[in-house]
Amino acid sequence: MDESQPIYRQLAERIEGEIVEGVLAEGAQIPSTNELAAFYRINPATAGKAIGQLLSAGLVEKRRGIGMFVAPGAAGQLRRSRRSAFRDAYLRPMLAEAHRLGIGSAELLDLVHRELTATTEDPPATTHQGV
Amino acid sequence: MTHLTGTPGPAGRPAVRTRRLTKRYGSLKALDSLDLTLPADRITGLLGRNGAGKTTLMQVLTGQIFPDDGEVEVFGERPAENPRVLARESFIAEAQKYPVTFHPRHVLAVAPWFYQNWDEDLAGSLVKQFGLPMDRPISKLSRGERSMVGIIIGLAARAPLTFFDEPYLGLDAVARREFYDVLLADYAEHPRTIVISTHLIDEISPLLEHIVVIDHGRVLIDSEADAARGSATMVSGPAEAVERFIESRPVLARHRIGRLGRATIGAAYDTLAPAAQQAGLSAEPITLQQLLIDRTTSPGSRTEPSDQGALS
Repeated sequence: MDESQPIYRQLAERIEGEIVEGVLAEGAQIPSTNELAAFYRINPATAGKAIGQLLSAGLVEKRRGIGMFVAPGAAGQLRRSRRSAFRDAYLRPMLAEAHRLGIGSAELLDLVHRELTATTEDPPATTHQGV
Repeated sequence: MTHLTGTPGPAGRPAVRTRRLTKRYGSLKALDSLDLTLPADRITGLLGRNGAGKTTLMQVLTGQIFPDDGEVEVFGERPAENPRVLARESFIAEAQKYPVTFHPRHVLAVAPWFYQNWDEDLAGSLVKQFGLPMDRPISKLSRGERSMVGIIIGLAARAPLTFFDEPYLGLDAVARREFYDVLLADYAEHPRTIVISTHLIDEISPLLEHIVVIDHGRVLIDSEADAARGSATMVSGPAEAVERFIESRPVLARHRIGRLGRATIGAAYDTLAPAAQQAGLSAEPITLQQLLIDRTTSPGSRTEPSDQGALS
């Protein structure tokens, strides 16, 4: 956990990351507030706030008396929202840095192409899945 | 800074409420008309520089010293000479005095007389976990071992209102982490109002739900810990660019070294970072510790200029 964002949001994002990666599959139970608090050494109310955020986003659902579970469709929902954030979170900072370094459009596109060819020999399995 | 004074705890009634609380030592006002509400059943960090009034406040709240002016209520009653209130409090002092001949065994045998919720099993397991020597005079214990005695009493007492004043002097990083783990685990099972005063702010801040910063006997910040943590950002870069950037923004602190400048701005990192980048500045979120330094030495505070130089 760092200082860039409130801790509850960082925790919510970690759990979201685990849902996207399939570490927490749809229908799987997520740890309780107290378990999360103990594991990350954070205040239980902060952990509760993170779960509350996931709950109101429809990513997890409550089963009364049992606990919280990853909601059906959660991974797909997260991938869709991450796709739409991709431009702001990755593309724009990259273009700004390219501009600062004097890397022109043609050179930048060339760099991207070369990087793509270098990595497509070992493509990540989830590239086109579920989006 | 968001003022949340008056926010009731989950139990509805606050654990502590003070109004215009004042305590003088000669010409010095250790508490200067201090207004504070501590929500019940939360872990609150009581922060501030040395001499800010933290210990005096805790002593008033636990009835050890009497205020000169103002009102103080703990669980809705005045704490001074009030056994109903005092039986529900425990105060683990930074330099707790024990009878010179006592061994930890004696202290832990006596403790249950004072605390109605005392948990003998928890005390026993903490002694084992911390490896506290039970049969050695307390005067012969190391600073860290004496801190362990206080921590064990403070936790096993399970008092509805528990104060830890610099609880871990002399404890190494591993023992401090054990303290945090035990504190969280026991708090999760037995929620209660816990107030921790410490200088190791960044280390403990994730454990806190609420923070109160005291400066010169007054409340400077009273906020959710998460809100306070994300509330300021440091920008740095060419001094002229920094000056232009901060013109219309709430500045908490600024420094200049030659042609480089940096400033702390009272705005959240994620809202400020894009604008800072556009202005050619780098932005980074600041820690609670750094926020405290900037806030308690800013021009708006009543800090002496000489102190300011020492910290900046």
